[in-house]
Amino acid sequence: MKPIRIITPTGHLGTTPLEKGSFERGCAQRPDYIIADSGSADIGPYPLGADRPASSEVWQRHDLEAMLVAARKLGIPMIIGSASDTGTNRGVDQYVRLIKEIAAQHKLAPFKLAAVYSEVPVSDLIHRVQAGETIAGLNGRPTADLALLKRTDRVVAVMGVEPIRAVLRDGADVIIAGRSGDCAIFAAPILNAGGGEADAYFCGKAMECASFCGEPFMGKETILGRVDSEGVFLTAMHPAQRCTPASVASHAMYERLNPFREYVPGGFLDMSRCRYEQVDEKTTRVTGQTFVADAETWIKLEGAGKVAERALFILGIRDPYTIANLDRAIDWTKGKLAERFGPVGGTYDVFYHDYGRGAVMGEMEPTPAKSPLEVGIVVEVTCDDAARAEVICHIAAKNLFYARLPDVKGTAGTAAIMSDEVLHARPAYEWTLNHIIKAKDQSEFFSTRFETIHA
Amino acid sequence: MKLVELASTIRSKNAGVDHITFDIICRERHNFERVRDSGVLNRASVARLFGIEEARVTDFVVFEPAQAIKFTIRRLRPSGCKGETDMFGSQQYAPLFDVEIP
Repeated sequence: MKPIRIITPTGHLGTTPLEKGSFERGCAQRPDYIIADSGSADIGPYPLGADRPASSEVWQRHDLEAMLVAARKLGIPMIIGSASDTGTNRGVDQYVRLIKEIAAQHKLAPFKLAAVYSEVPVSDLIHRVQAGETIAGLNGRPTADLALLKRTDRVVAVMGVEPIRAVLRDGADVIIAGRSGDCAIFAAPILNAGGGEADAYFCGKAMECASFCGEPFMGKETILGRVDSEGVFLTAMHPAQRCTPASVASHAMYERLNPFREYVPGGFLDMSRCRYEQVDEKTTRVTGQTFVADAETWIKLEGAGKVAERALFILGIRDPYTIANLDRAIDWTKGKLAERFGPVGGTYDVFYHDYGRGAVMGEMEPTPAKSPLEVGIVVEVTCDDAARAEVICHIAAKNLFYARLPDVKGTAGTAAIMSDEVLHARPAYEWTLNHIIKAKDQSEFFSTRFETIHA
Repeated sequence: MKLVELASTIRSKNAGVDHITFDIICRERHNFERVRDSGVLNRASVARLFGIEEARVTDFVVFEPAQAIKFTIRRLRPSGCKGETDMFGSQQYAPLFDVEIP
């Protein structure tokens, strides 16, 4: 194969800005591609369900500008996956607009842009299920039924390598892709250059979070990946960072159920026999990965749906007697809510997040609570109607101020109120789909549009 | 000795939207072997530590290349649901610190 060299400056383009120093050092290596992933499911179901970005456009533009200007100067393709956090059509169109604005600002020579869309209308999935197709649940989730799909507001299909390989073959200089598998955007050009699937996917897996595969721990620093007939080579570009067998291996297991397998459309990467070797100060070579092909192509679907409107209120408690009896005080306030609005968990829900007393781990907290000096409480109320959520939230919080505990000394208020206001939170959404669907081929759920960008 | 004194990294993080995964990584080979060979950490013991049913521990592996032990717990609700307390799953590891390794 022809050796391929790729740089990536960020593991989630747009969250916080990439660091210019190591990026410029990476560009000076004359790479063949500049690639970055811009998506994450960690940001929760709201951005997908409500179709809103989680990142600020200021940092999205910052990183796209650095990458586009460098890629056009070097005359190499640039690939962005999972545009604007979620990879919906809105995200792709937003990034295409930013690319045009940046091209105009820098008076860049004309180039060919490919937008690859990955949103799937919920109505299309409903028709497929009605026609007998199966949308199988991942990780023990049940098969999707019509009720689940009707609770779903927005769905993206997660693309594998094929849609990106196709637009690269057609001469795309800049690719803005919708929701994409983290390793697919890196693997696509390696496969096009004749690389094997195992090396291509492993290189993508190692590079998808950029400098997270190096040590010491740093985010937003550039990593150089090389694939040739000798294996996968990962090199840190920051002067104080190295890619070591330990850092690359520990990244191989990051954020995954287990460290040995990475599923992609068309098979899985088997990392159980990987060998990691330090080949120079900053570079680790990885060999021994294999790829197990599947005769069928399954495409992952991510979906989110709105559950309720939401309101918040912030309180603090200092009285040691009230803290010791906080469960009783909360039970009393819940009782008052039930008198007026019906049972909690009926037409509304209330959560008392009592920070200092097990709010972070909840049911998984094994350590018996010690009496803290203070407890901070965030009252969360969810309800179909925003105005009603606000009314219930206000009472749910203010009743803690009036909590009736038999021996309380502080009879002028049993809670400290930071600001006497209900905070309007964004609505509660739920990850409804974490599923897979059988596809005719890897391109079935994706569409492509080419455009020549003239500054 | 406590696990926190033997491991260089003890972390938790979402693995997809339905799971939280835990990584315990030892920089020193002898520390890793001590933790691994003690057998103190296993599916049953981590389930007990977090007070959950063992069936919710979906994966438990020793990952030699990273000198690591890794296990994964299925969430009761997907990340970011109403009432969520740790959307990234990033602060669930602290109880591992005090696990005694002989």
